Amino acid sequence: MKYAFFPGCSLESTARPFDLSTRAVCRSLGIALEDIPGWVCCGSTPAHASNDSLAVALPALNLQKAQAAGVPVMVACASCYARLRTANHRIARAPEDRRRAERVTGHPYDGGVEVRHVLDVLVNELGPDRIRAKVRQPLTGLKVACYYGCLLTRPPEIVAFDDPEHPSSMDELMAAAGAETVDWPFKTECCGASLSMTNSEIVCRLTHRILSMARESGADCLAVACPLCQVNLDLRQADAGKAHGALPPMPVLYVTQLLGLALGLSADVLGIDALTVSPRTLLAKCGAVAPTSAGGIA
Amino acid sequence: MTRENSPGKGEEGMTQPIPWNGSRLLEEVQQCSGAQVSACFQCHKCSTGCPIGPEMDFLPSQIMRLVHLGAESEVLASRSIWLCASCEACTTRCPMAIDIAAVMDALRILAIERRIDLPDARGKQFHRSFLGSVRRHGRVYEMGMMAAYKLRIRDLLSDVEKVPELVAQGKLSLLPNRSGDIRQVREIFRRSKEEEGKP
Repeated sequence: MKYAFFPGCSLESTARPFDLSTRAVCRSLGIALEDIPGWVCCGSTPAHASNDSLAVALPALNLQKAQAAGVPVMVACASCYARLRTANHRIARAPEDRRRAERVTGHPYDGGVEVRHVLDVLVNELGPDRIRAKVRQPLTGLKVACYYGCLLTRPPEIVAFDDPEHPSSMDELMAAAGAETVDWPFKTECCGASLSMTNSEIVCRLTHRILSMARESGADCLAVACPLCQVNLDLRQADAGKAHGALPPMPVLYVTQLLGLALGLSADVLGIDALTVSPRTLLAKCGAVAPTSAGGIA
Repeated sequence: MTRENSPGKGEEGMTQPIPWNGSRLLEEVQQCSGAQVSACFQCHKCSTGCPIGPEMDFLPSQIMRLVHLGAESEVLASRSIWLCASCEACTTRCPMAIDIAAVMDALRILAIERRIDLPDARGKQFHRSFLGSVRRHGRVYEMGMMAAYKLRIRDLLSDVEKVPELVAQGKLSLLPNRSGDIRQVREIFRRSKEEEGKP
């Protein structure tokens, strides 16, 4: 199983633990990843809210670069994933979008390079059974609220690997890892996304609701698959508590970090200590890690 | 005022906007977003599911209605179009399959094109700072992007206390991480600028 990997800008910075854990998990499961050479930013929300041709051309350039490898593209960031899929969708369906993307990038492209999210590959290509067979350190007793956010499942005609209102792929993965997933109603509620930069008070209101509901539903931690969701729920957790009432600390881990621990990978390799709310104490209870980090930053 | 396209002219008349106040806003928004805003029948499903509703001056369904009415100054100077988080809940749930999130994008683009005096320029300045970073480095250089944004909005202090932790965790690099294909990116920015305003 081989993929051309599109890391995206966040995975080089605030989502470094997502980058580390995605690569480590894929290596451990026999999924070969090769970075798209010379990849560039997908444009994200600032592009689609400012200039439509730029919003299609930047993803198209990356997909043109990936085409040479002759394998599907894998993306970890939910936002990059949605931008790449949207560009493909439009280029393949609307001749004027295709002509414009080709004019702007200067290269032909028919929208045909397949784009998959890491969650989609793990659940629908590899499958929970094959993953369960490789679990060496089941996350027994850990109660996880799987939080999908917006762009992994919406809009369904563009992303289409899970249900837009009641997704289950992350839950299946966590169950395969031996964790218990809680049934809760905010799986696809928005965290406020890039309003974190412009209106952080709105993000605090939204994340406070999400974290409170996860706690109320009996979860010990949240599993996420989007860099912006992780930052908003983890880095802004203290701000949310200050603004809307104290919250008991709730670790927010990338789903690939939790899966990696279940596969027996070390906390260091998975960037476990690069989260704001440390999950060490919690994870030590199910024997997944030592209670304190050996390295220093916690 | 023309009544040429008013209802009563059969099927064709029903799908044509009625230019009752001379505004072409509905057509322009439909052209720019590719979404058929005229199909909105005000069920308010978009508004009831909008996570940002409490902070908006006009709810998404009200924005749709204002676009129908050609209420250009109200729509383009509204806070709502900049508060939309592009979560796509409205687009996913609209019974008429209107891509409401794309309409919000189109309205932001029109507001900038027409140099509307924005009630809050933070959204615009964030987008400028972000895209400036991409044009310069091919990828987002977060430290530089954040500094540029904070200078533009004259707010240097918020979130500064988070920087040391992020640097210690290896999540904020002090130097940009450039893409190898920076020239291609600049070409794309130049050509997409030229595409603006083309039909």
